Amino acid sequence: MSIRTPLGRARGLGSAKTGTDHWWAQRVTALALIPLVIWFVVSMIVNTGSDHEAALSFISSPINAVLLTLLIVATFYHGQLGLQVVIEDYIHTKWLEVALILSVKGGAIFLGVASVYAVIAIALGG
Amino acid sequence: MATDNRPLSPHLQVYRPQLTSVLSILHRITGIALAAGSLLLVWWLIAAATGPTAFDTVQSFIGSVIGRILLLGWSFALFYHLCNGIRHLVWDSGKGFELNTVYASGWLVVVAATVLTVISWIAAYVVLGGAGS
Repeated sequence: MSIRTPLGRARGLGSAKTGTDHWWAQRVTALALIPLVIWFVVSMIVNTGSDHEAALSFISSPINAVLLTLLIVATFYHGQLGLQVVIEDYIHTKWLEVALILSVKGGAIFLGVASVYAVIAIALGG
Repeated sequence: MATDNRPLSPHLQVYRPQLTSVLSILHRITGIALAAGSLLLVWWLIAAATGPTAFDTVQSFIGSVIGRILLLGWSFALFYHLCNGIRHLVWDSGKGFELNTVYASGWLVVVAATVLTVISWIAAYVVLGGAGS
């Protein structure tokens, strides 16, 4: 018989009280990245050595623009979750840990937004 | 309270490296490498949005010897992290923890990542040859 309260069970946070959302988000983005990465690799192979015009026509195709945007969002979300855990595991100076995690998260948002902007600019610019 | 004289658990280097531990740390290393590699995708997209000159700069970097070596590493890292990530997702479902299964899936990941990398590079060179450049 479980001695956990029904509320504790429903919240599903376990004994650590926190981190379940992080764990779930990492798995959900991992699952989303399986088909996206396979599509991306095949697309990049097909585009090997593309000139500028060919790259623009690839990116601006609606389906490619949508999949690229999803890939970028999932990649940077998944990546910053992973890097956060690495920093938490190895950096034991609190201020440095916080500073690095904030830099990673800020950097992921900046790079993600910049990439999505580039895709949209190309998709709508043509 | 003085805590610095307490006995420590053995450090990592006293253990003989095994397939399980090596693949585990390789998952983390490839993840970090891929985070760095994402910069190339960002650069590629922004250069494409900027114009032909900026785009040619990225393409010639990717085509250079250093660019190809980096891309070879990143493509293997991507396939390894993808295959081993799927292995982790299977573990998350509570399956595959028998010792012989862990070793079999580990070797499968190594072989699959290597084969996928080789196939991708052959395919890329076929595309490049077909483009006549």
